[in-house]
Amino acid sequence: MTTRHDTAAPPTEGGAAPGRPPGDAVAAQKERRRRERLSRRWQRDLRWSPYAFVSPFFLLFIAFGLFPLIYTGWASLHQVELTAPTDMNWVGMRNYTRLFDDDFFWNAAKNTLTIGIISTVPQLLMAMGIAHILNYKLRASTFFRVAMLAPYATSIAAASLVFVLLFGRDYGMINWALDFAGIDPLDWQNDKWPSQIAVSTIIVWRWTGYNALIYLAAMQAIPHDLYESAALDGANRWQQFIHVTLPSLRPTILFTVVVSTIGASQVFGEPLLFDANKGTSGGAEHQFQTLGLYLYEQGWVAQHLGRASAIAWTMFLILIVIGIVNYVLSRRLRASS
Amino acid sequence: MRARIRTARKAMVVAAVASLGAGLLAGCADDGGDDSSGSSSGDSSGKTTISVGLFGTMGFKEAGLYDEYEKLNPKIKIEQNVVERNENYYPALLNHLTTNSGLLDVQAVEVANIAEVTATQAGKLEDMSKVSGVSKSNWLDWKWQQATTKDGKTIGLGTDVGPMAICYRTDLFKEAGLPTDPAEVGKLWAGDWAKLVDVGERYKSKAPKGTFFMDSPGGLINAILGSEKEKFYDSSGKIIYKTNPAVKAAFDLTSEAAEKGLVQSQTQFQPSWNSTIANNKFAAIACPPWMLGTIKGNAKPDAAGKWAVAEAPKGGNWGGTFLTVPKSGKNVKEAQKFVAWLTAPEQQAKLFKVQASFPSAPSSYTMPEVTGATNDMTGKQEIGPIFAEAAKAAPVQVIGPKDQIIMQGLSDNGVILVTKGKSAKEAWESAVKSIDNKLDQ
Repeated sequence: MTTRHDTAAPPTEGGAAPGRPPGDAVAAQKERRRRERLSRRWQRDLRWSPYAFVSPFFLLFIAFGLFPLIYTGWASLHQVELTAPTDMNWVGMRNYTRLFDDDFFWNAAKNTLTIGIISTVPQLLMAMGIAHILNYKLRASTFFRVAMLAPYATSIAAASLVFVLLFGRDYGMINWALDFAGIDPLDWQNDKWPSQIAVSTIIVWRWTGYNALIYLAAMQAIPHDLYESAALDGANRWQQFIHVTLPSLRPTILFTVVVSTIGASQVFGEPLLFDANKGTSGGAEHQFQTLGLYLYEQGWVAQHLGRASAIAWTMFLILIVIGIVNYVLSRRLRASS
Repeated sequence: MRARIRTARKAMVVAAVASLGAGLLAGCADDGGDDSSGSSSGDSSGKTTISVGLFGTMGFKEAGLYDEYEKLNPKIKIEQNVVERNENYYPALLNHLTTNSGLLDVQAVEVANIAEVTATQAGKLEDMSKVSGVSKSNWLDWKWQQATTKDGKTIGLGTDVGPMAICYRTDLFKEAGLPTDPAEVGKLWAGDWAKLVDVGERYKSKAPKGTFFMDSPGGLINAILGSEKEKFYDSSGKIIYKTNPAVKAAFDLTSEAAEKGLVQSQTQFQPSWNSTIANNKFAAIACPPWMLGTIKGNAKPDAAGKWAVAEAPKGGNWGGTFLTVPKSGKNVKEAQKFVAWLTAPEQQAKLFKVQASFPSAPSSYTMPEVTGATNDMTGKQEIGPIFAEAAKAAPVQVIGPKDQIIMQGLSDNGVILVTKGKSAKEAWESAVKSIDNKLDQ
C-alpha cells in the first residue's frame, strides 16, 4: 500500500474548477490552512507512529536482549564469581584464550556437532516424508496435522523423563526389545555413541512434527497444475516428488536447515535431563555434554560467571559464522536456480 | 449432512487443541507450584505472615509443626514456598543473597552449601546465636560449628542431620549365608570400611543370582568419606582433596569394590537406580535415616519389613539442613523466634517421627518419639538408637565451600568409570581433571 494521504489529497488551488467568485477567497484560505495543518499532523503521524508501534519490541529487546548481550561480553573480560557478582577482576582476553586448550570445551563443541548432525539430518528427512504423506488426501487430516504438533507442545522435562525410562539399561523398554531381537543390551547413558543417539532421539521426536508442518505448508503452496502436467508427461509419484516438490521447497528447506542448526547448537534441556543426577556434566565422561550444558556448568554449578560469559560469546560468534555461511549458500542457490 | 461433517471435524480439532492446551496448562501448574507467592507481612486481619523458603520435602508442614506454632501464636501465619530440587533452589538463593533482594523471611540451606554461604554471605544473614531460647548446647557440636563463621557468628540453626548406618536386606543376606541380626552384622565390619568390602566378597561368592552387594559406587565412596574428619579441605581452608591420603584410600577401596563387581554400575537417585530398588537387586546401601524414605518410595510392597539397619563401620554423616534468617526479610524478629522454636529438640523429635529426618539436637535422642521409632521397611526393629549412636560417633568434619562439586566429581565422573571397565588410575585422573576445571585450579 503506497498511497500517501498527504499527497493523495486533492489539490486545493489551480484545479479544474476555474472562476471562483472572490467572496469565497477568505473561506478558501481558511480551508487551505486547515488542510495544511491537518496534513502536517498527518505527515508527523505517518512519519513517527510506525516507530511507536514497533517500539515495544525494540524496548524489550534492548532491556532483555541487547543489554544482557553487552553485559555478558563485559563480564567475559573479567574474573567474576556467582557468589559476588559485583566483584569484577579485569583479566582481559584470558577467559577466551584459555578456551583454546580447554579439553572440556572442545569435547563439548565436538559433542554439539555430532549430536547436531545425528539429530538434524534424520529429523528433516523424516519431516519431509511425513509432510509428503500428509499432503495426500487423508481422512481426518486435520487431526493428524494437529497431532504432529503434540510432541512439540509437550514439555521437554516430561518427555525426557519418559525417554530416560525407555532407555534404561536394566529395565528399559528399548533394551528389552533389543534383547528379543537377539542384540546385547546397550548402556544408553554411560557409553558414548548410545548416549548421543539417545539424546538425539529425544530431539528428533520433539521437532520432527514441527518441521513437517512447515514443509506441509510450503507443499500446499505448490501449484497443482505442475503435478498435473508432470503426470501427463508420465512422471510417477516419486518422480513428481523429486522433480516438482523438492525444487519448489528449496527456500523452505534452507529455512528449516538454518533454524535446526541454530537449535542444535543450543541443545540444552534434553542432555541435561537425560542424566539428571550427573546433570551438567553430560554423563560420567562428559560424553554428551553440549556447549549449552558446559556453559551452564561453568556458570551455575562451578559459579564462574566470567568463564561462562566467554563461552556464551564464543557460541554467539559461532552462530554468526553459521549465519554468514547460510547467507552465502542461499545466494548461490538462488543464483543457480 | 455436509454441515454436520464439518462440525464433527471442527469438534475433533477443538478436542485435540484442548487436550494439548490442557497438557501445557498442567505443565505450567507444575512449575507454578514451585513458586507460589512469597509475599509476606500483615494481611487484613492484622496477622503477620512469615514466609519460609525450602527445597525438597522437609516435612515441617506434614508433621503439623506450622499448625502448632500458629495455635501457640494466633497473630502469626506461616506460608511455605518449596522448590523440588536443591540444584534449582540453591543458585536462586545465592542470586537473591548476592543482590540482597527477593529473600523470604526464612531460607533453608543444605549442608553441602552451608560452608559457602557461611564464608561468603554471612553479612546478609542474622546471627542466630543471640536469639532468646537458642543455646549452643542444644545442638551436636559439629552441626553448630558448620554454620558458624570464623568471627563467631552463627548464621543458621540446624534442623536435621544424616547419621549414617548400613541398611541391608535380611532375606538376601540369609540366602548368601551371612548373619541377619543387626548387632552381628554390624560386628562383621566394625571399625574398618575395608571389612565391608570383604563382607561383600563373601556375599558375592554365594549371592542370589543377579544381585549385587551394594547399590552404587557413588553411594559407597560418599559413605566412606562421610566418616573422615578432613576430606577435601584442611582446617585452614586449603583444598587438599588431591593430596589427602584418606580421599585416595576411599577412592581406591571403592574402585576395588567396583572391579570385583560388588557394586552395581548405577548413579544414585536416577530413574534406573530407583528401579533396581523396586526389583530388589542389591543387598546393602549406605543409609542415613532419610534413605529409608527413599527406599520406601521406590520399593514394591513385598519388600516391607525385609530391611534392617546395622551400624556402619565408622560413624559418619550424610545430609542435613539449616534454617537461616536473611536481614532483608520483612519480619526478621518474628522469623527468628519461629526458627528458634522450630529447631528446638522437641520439634526435631516430632519431625523424626513423621519424616525420618534425624534430629541434630542430642537431647531429643532420649525422647520416646526417637527411641521408639520404627519404619515400614525395617519392620519391628527400633531404629532410633542406632542412628543416635551414629550421630554421636560422627566426626566434627571440616566442610568447605566446594564440597559438593568435589564429591560429585569423585563419584559421578570418577568411581563410576571403574564399573565401565576403566582402571582405578584412569578413573582418578579423569575425576581430578573434571574437578580442577570446575574449581578453576
